[in-house]
Amino acid sequence: MQVSKSFKRVIFLELAIPVALLTIGIYHGLMQTIYRAGVLHQTSFAKLDYYQGLTLHGVINALVLTTFFAVAFGHVTIAFYFKREPNKKLMWLSFWLMLTGVLMAAGAMLAGKASVLYTFYPPLKAHPLFYLGAALLIIGSWVPLFDWARMYNQWKRFNPETKTPLAVLGTLINFIIWFVCTLAVAYEVLVLLIPWSLGWTDTVNVNLARTLFWFFGHALVYFWLLPAYVMFYTVLPKVAGGKLYSDLAGRVALFLFLLFSIPVGVHHQYSDPTIAQGVKFFHGMLTYGVSIPSFITAFTLAASLEYAGRKRGGKGLFGWMSKLPWFDENRFLFAYFIGGLILFVFGGVTGIINASYSLNTVVHNTAWLPGHFHMTVAGPVFLGIVGMSLYIYSKLSGKKIAMPKLNTIIPYLWVIGMLIFSFGMSWGGLRGEPRRTNLGTSYLNPENPLFRADWVPTTLLALLGGIIMFIAGMLFILNFFATILGKKKNAGELEIPVSEAYHDEKRIPLFDKFKPWLVAMLVIILLAYVPALYNVNKNSGPGAPRFNIDNPVPQTSVKK
Amino acid sequence: MKIDKSEKRVVGITLALIGLFVFSLLYAKGKYKSDVPECLPYDKAYEEPKINKLDSTTYQVFSVASMWQFQPAEIYVPVGSEVDFYLTSKDVVHGFNIAQKNVNMMAVHGAINKTTVKFNKPGVYDIVCHEYCGVGHQNMRAQVIVNYP
Ligand code: HEM
Ligand SMILES: [Cu+2]
Ligand SMILES: [Cu+2]
Repeated sequence: MQVSKSFKRVIFLELAIPVALLTIGIYHGLMQTIYRAGVLHQTSFAKLDYYQGLTLHGVINALVLTTFFAVAFGHVTIAFYFKREPNKKLMWLSFWLMLTGVLMAAGAMLAGKASVLYTFYPPLKAHPLFYLGAALLIIGSWVPLFDWARMYNQWKRFNPETKTPLAVLGTLINFIIWFVCTLAVAYEVLVLLIPWSLGWTDTVNVNLARTLFWFFGHALVYFWLLPAYVMFYTVLPKVAGGKLYSDLAGRVALFLFLLFSIPVGVHHQYSDPTIAQGVKFFHGMLTYGVSIPSFITAFTLAASLEYAGRKRGGKGLFGWMSKLPWFDENRFLFAYFIGGLILFVFGGVTGIINASYSLNTVVHNTAWLPGHFHMTVAGPVFLGIVGMSLYIYSKLSGKKIAMPKLNTIIPYLWVIGMLIFSFGMSWGGLRGEPRRTNLGTSYLNPENPLFRADWVPTTLLALLGGIIMFIAGMLFILNFFATILGKKKNAGELEIPVSEAYHDEKRIPLFDKFKPWLVAMLVIILLAYVPALYNVNKNSGPGAPRFNIDNPVPQTSVKK
Repeated sequence: MKIDKSEKRVVGITLALIGLFVFSLLYAKGKYKSDVPECLPYDKAYEEPKINKLDSTTYQVFSVASMWQFQPAEIYVPVGSEVDFYLTSKDVVHGFNIAQKNVNMMAVHGAINKTTVKFNKPGVYDIVCHEYCGVGHQNMRAQVIVNYP
């Protein structure tokens, strides 16, 4: 499909800016493994402090890259399936809001005024620009939903009996989840934190802020994941050379995500005070609910891949696997997707362990956790994002991939590095190694009384994996920008692979409308969060004043 | 809507597996007394660090986290003691992890956290702060020292 220059330009910027920022994000990833393994016994390197770097790492990789891509990929799917472009003015408005937000937050972080990590828990105080930047990034990402909803309604009026394309359904559901969950964090930032950081209010209720953050925080991980799911359902079967095993399975999974993505946030607060055990247990059970659509997806995809493998001539129980296009340059997306899925097997299993109520006390806030979520967000999410960014860019610009062979090897290199890294982190976590800690200056420094010899092998494994991931990541960035610098081969068009369904079930009206699901979503959220907020309100003491990262004495007044 | 027999079977197995999960979870919780921390209403009394000996093997520890130390920093108890830890923070959020005993709590300003743990073996147990709490975070550690009386 031909698209306007303006559309192309927004998409290019929304894909290329986060990939450029990834150089900083991935650099700090490597540095963290170096410090943590005790190779460096210092608080900063090249003028950047450990925790400043960790904040940049979390914000760039997990918030900026993912949000920019979700918006760009949303525009692409909506435009491609409806054969119409979204409103240009709104596309640009959304882009500029997000970019301004990122620049503000980046300024605060690089100036060392916002080393509060990407979860920015109060009462550690960041510079107000950091909070404002985060708010703008979020508000900018809201804008497209309203325009897409308008386009969807128009389309539906003319096609009342046609199933909504699965990719469109996924995009809409993802942004509805995103809109609802970010309302809580927008409240946290705009109402609680910004006035407090400016000194207009004296204290903040830390427990309330944490609970609002996690209302957002778990759904955030589904906002990362759903664009990847859309690719797995609607693109992967095609590039594998087969069909999607069941179209209805995809729809059921998506609607279940709509119900269960948000009302599970307290599973991040199992170790928190002020929330009763019963409420925590209830959120734990609902979390098992959210594992159902993930399992539906896993089995549907496995069946789709088996179908593809057999169609390509594969035989036997496992023989079909060897026929899949593992290293096919013309289907390079397959390598990125399958690499992500391999990691996701481990990411999913470790995730269920985290969710399992009292089992969480074994792993909470230890290195196990980064071990787990690098196999989700830095696994299928990251590989899906970067692979698809490269694909969309090359089609839309009419340019050839600069290093096509290398391009099929990069994802596997990433997988190998990640498996070693995550093994080291998870093992360390089980031995009590804390996350979010510059281990090199204390626990991994033989000269320090806190030295822990039992964390040497685990952090070394993480370092080894980190080096391999760093190489893979840098090769990707190199390939991406070399492609951008390459020569145009044709005019370029908007194109994404479209999978047919093997079981293309009849349209079931319930799975083709939003209203009943939105009502159910609201009811479950209220059931889960009214008790949690009631607990927090009842059990919290006085609010907390502002603390800088380097001073146990609170800032009593801000210059007014 | 017609559902395939094999699909029905898969759905049944899935539900049974989830049931098994929930059952194991509840079973382990009861049998090994492994629960998540309890929450208490806020009370200023817990902001004063102290160790109360209730009887020869029952202790209460009011642990107060602050940038960048736990008070009390060294907790001596005899083998076989059961210790109730009450935890709060004077300033930012801190973590409280005794990895060998699966004690895992957050210390939050204006809130009281609580868990109970039994020390059956002599030894030195590290309490590690596992939530980022500012520039001194990596130095924030306390110890429980369990000895024969
Ligand atoms: C070269 C590649 C990478 C390496 C070596 C790496 C390494 C690490 C390490 C060691 C930590 C834990 C630091 C600590 O807790 O003290 C960490 C945290 C994290 N990483 Fe990565 N990482 C890489 C890429 C990524 C990517 C691609 C993403 C996401 C798309 C990502 C997302 C995160 C997040 C969200 C955190 C948590 C930050 C926090 O606790 O505040 N990482 N990374
Ligand atoms: Cu979660
Ligand atoms: Cu700390």
